[in-house]
Amino acid sequence: MVKKKDYSAGLPDPTPLIEDIISKYPSKIAKKRKKGMVANDPEVDQEVQANVRTIPGIITQRGCTYAGCKGVVLGPTRDIINLVHGPIGCSFYAWLTRRNQTRPAEGEDNFITYSFSTDMQDENIVFGGEVKLKEAIREAHALFNPKAIGIFSTCPVGLIGDDVHSVSRDMQAELGINIFGFSCEGYRGVSQSAGHHIANNGVFKNVVGLNDRPRESKFQMNLLGEYNIGGDAFELEALFEEIGIELISTFSGNSTIKSMEYSHTVDLNIVMCHRSINYIAEMMEEKYGIPWIKANFIGADATAKTLRKVGEFFDDADLTAKIEEVIARESAKVQVVMDAIKPKTEGKLAMMFVGGSRAHHYQELFKELGMTTVSAGYEFAHRDDYEGRKVIPNIKIDADTRNIEDLTIEKTDNPELWRDDLVTKKAALEEKGYAFSDYEGMMPEMAKNSLVIDDVSHHETEKLIEFYKPDIFCAGIKEKYVVQKSGIPLKQLHSYDYGGPYTAFGGAINFFKEMERMLVTDVWKMVDSPWKSEPEIVGSMTINA
Amino acid sequence: MLLRHTTEKEIDRKALTINPAKTCQPVGAMYAALGIHGCLPHSHGSQGCCSYHRTALTRHYKEPVMAATSSFTEGSSVFGGQANLLQAIGTIFSVYDPEIIAVHSTCLSETIGDDLKQIVAKANADGKVPEGKHVIEAATPSYVGSHVTGYHNMLESIVKYFAIKTDEAKRQINLLAGWVEPSDMRELKRITKMMGIKTVLAPDTSDVLDAPMTGKFEMYPKGGTTIPELVSMGDSMKTVAIGQFGTKGAAVALDNSCKVPFDLLDLPIGVKATDRFIMSLSKAGAVSVPEEIDMERGRLMDMITDMHQYFYGKRVALFGDPDQLIPMVEFLLDLDMVPAYVVSGTPGKAFEKRLKEVLGDKIDQVKYKNGANADMFQLHQWIKQEGVDLLIGNTYGKYISLDEKIPFLRMGFPIVDRVGHSYFPTLGYMGGIRILEKMLDLIMQYQDENSPEEAVELVM
Ligand code: SF4
Ligand code: SF4
Repeated sequence: MVKKKDYSAGLPDPTPLIEDIISKYPSKIAKKRKKGMVANDPEVDQEVQANVRTIPGIITQRGCTYAGCKGVVLGPTRDIINLVHGPIGCSFYAWLTRRNQTRPAEGEDNFITYSFSTDMQDENIVFGGEVKLKEAIREAHALFNPKAIGIFSTCPVGLIGDDVHSVSRDMQAELGINIFGFSCEGYRGVSQSAGHHIANNGVFKNVVGLNDRPRESKFQMNLLGEYNIGGDAFELEALFEEIGIELISTFSGNSTIKSMEYSHTVDLNIVMCHRSINYIAEMMEEKYGIPWIKANFIGADATAKTLRKVGEFFDDADLTAKIEEVIARESAKVQVVMDAIKPKTEGKLAMMFVGGSRAHHYQELFKELGMTTVSAGYEFAHRDDYEGRKVIPNIKIDADTRNIEDLTIEKTDNPELWRDDLVTKKAALEEKGYAFSDYEGMMPEMAKNSLVIDDVSHHETEKLIEFYKPDIFCAGIKEKYVVQKSGIPLKQLHSYDYGGPYTAFGGAINFFKEMERMLVTDVWKMVDSPWKSEPEIVGSMTINA
Repeated sequence: MLLRHTTEKEIDRKALTINPAKTCQPVGAMYAALGIHGCLPHSHGSQGCCSYHRTALTRHYKEPVMAATSSFTEGSSVFGGQANLLQAIGTIFSVYDPEIIAVHSTCLSETIGDDLKQIVAKANADGKVPEGKHVIEAATPSYVGSHVTGYHNMLESIVKYFAIKTDEAKRQINLLAGWVEPSDMRELKRITKMMGIKTVLAPDTSDVLDAPMTGKFEMYPKGGTTIPELVSMGDSMKTVAIGQFGTKGAAVALDNSCKVPFDLLDLPIGVKATDRFIMSLSKAGAVSVPEEIDMERGRLMDMITDMHQYFYGKRVALFGDPDQLIPMVEFLLDLDMVPAYVVSGTPGKAFEKRLKEVLGDKIDQVKYKNGANADMFQLHQWIKQEGVDLLIGNTYGKYISLDEKIPFLRMGFPIVDRVGHSYFPTLGYMGGIRILEKMLDLIMQYQDENSPEEAVELVM
């Protein structure tokens, strides 16, 4: 079995490791990959190359634009029919595979358990698929009578000239329900990230603001970038309900299209997964004057911090008292579990390479267990997710990014909807040092000499394991058994290995117990057969009588 | 209800597929290529396809599934993917060092018209393929056929590329396997060994997708058909190809180019299909059937005759791939069960033809459909119209089974919510015993749970 390393005196400089990793690459690739690796120094501003193309042939974790659009952002909303226009595979693979839980009431629509596709055949590729798409929309309407239909383009669609947007307009006119299209062909961007942006644009243009609602409760907010994987959003819904904050809409875990339609009537947006949803937060602010703050509910401390920040925003004595009461009560419960588990996990090493926010958020939970994150990186994030939003003005806009429409948002001319009160409030709070639109990124919070790697490849993964011999590796399903075959447990941070929830206080407890299971078990120690360590026996079956 | 919008009322659908009973070609090509030793599958298209296919296979096998991608972006989609593939080939050989790269296309590269043959030829001409290494390619457009077609096309390409006829005939037979589990591949080798026939099995995913835990990751595991074995297939006496949807092209190719004649059979699932397989092997290898095999068959027959009452008359709905469905339907008929509904998203007239042969005069009892318009939504509607006692298919059947409270036997691809398929075969007589055991467990459990207390049986 692997021998563990002791880094109690600080992490070693990973520069030799970087050199070793890239020595295997042809020189052009080596040069490019090197820019995506940084020996972290939280005290200085360092640039990490991110959101650039993966080199063909490199085994990457990344998926495609369609996955980011349909799979991540739109998939969790239960009552939109997500019709995938393309050959069958794309719809098949995105069918129920992301664990977005949802709880429809009796009689309410729920299409999450269904996969809808135009299943394009070669004649559709040759002669165009618009006629089939229209017919499929009519059939979906006849069978299910949905409130809305979203059309998702897969790779061939744009190339053969099918226009999902004009089809959507025509069919909306014909059927009288909300129908909207997404040009989210897999190749549109360098990763899922382009799909997030396309989804944000589409939802903002076609859904947000369609419905108003009287603002009745005192504190109203949206939770953005929370997809209810393994019930994460349920945990947060319960938390806010107890505290007395009304969650108007979640983008998009356990959501309905209606809640998104009036999501512009809140006082505050809080953003969990910055990468996948920051665009909507920004656009809502530009159009309606609603401010946003970054939230993190992964880890008990992070949850308490976020709750207090929300409390500070609403600035209400009763609310603040309630928040403190809940924090005190729940933190005590977390503490009991942490005290029991931490002695067993303290000093252990973790690595995480996943998504666009979790590789950062989950470091909190490991910190609470006394563990060190020796290396981390995102699969499809941008520089701001590493270095903080302050670098946004300096990010080079390359051809791949230019591909994706950046909507120009006009301030609403409806005085009822434009929130001057919030604009004033924001200014006053900022005066006092309260930070809005404030994502600081992963790197400032990571230890000195931890190794940051963007879009980690298979080769790099093997090298990292060899060098650090971590106690636990966090990534996705494609990496799961590769890493485990090396004798190191892997925790999936997309699907949670079918566990969770891991948000808020209850989630932290779940995660701690899961780490206890994974890190304390002896199953890994039984891997070597006992006879391997015995001297070889050369014997004979004959009995000497 | 999990599928709360499904009602028994059908409309005539021409364009909309709901809950498909198939997936796309490349995943099959990837699986077939993994059954070749030292081979790295490569997906020529955008990253997403490769990521989805690796994910689907990983979830099914709970094993590493390595594959690379050409990582298309907008530019490659407009100007063609040649540059991407050439670069990928260079990168893969220098970083991941496989013996073989098996390139398959995707809908994207097919739509833009990339010519894989020409690009691979250029890679060879440009010296991007090191001495002694190989790049093979297969066209796998997903708007044609299904995942089974992709498996078929890749297997055909592999055989075409490697098999060579020399002057030296070999006393061996080729065994071409349709899309079956690593456990089944292992079982096939056990059977031919028992019969004393030297066999080249292709592909062979045993010891690749059921690899042991050793504490060491092997990018190219021990298993897989080797290059010398593949080369030697051209000199074999005969090819036995099981599962025509997966193997026909490869069998025909060996016949055409190397003059190795073939038998094209159903997958050996159940009694009769296994009987045909064993007899074909015995003829091809010119050996008599050994006693042990007779004993295995006897044990299966014993189980059938002992437990017949639990099978008799039970109505079954099946969905999945033609190569499994056809012998499964035959097996069910032999058990006096009723294969009431049979659905496959995989197109092909051969399915109906073979099904009709197998069904004979029982055809009126059966509703079946295959091809682009056949899906699980319709199967579910049929079940709502008239119920069944057992559902057989991949993991997605769970949702129908839970809603309709039907016992559910997992068979096919993908199975992502249970394990066992990679370890315990369903082929051969022993595989037949396993199918029966699983089926009986379900049927008897259902009876236990649904009997009035006084009628719960201790002995069954
Ligand atoms: S684009 Fe084509 S090859 Fe790729 S996942 Fe979709 S159907 Fe399959
Ligand atoms: S949390 Fe991670 S997996 Fe989820 S959308 Fe964000 S980046 Fe993706």
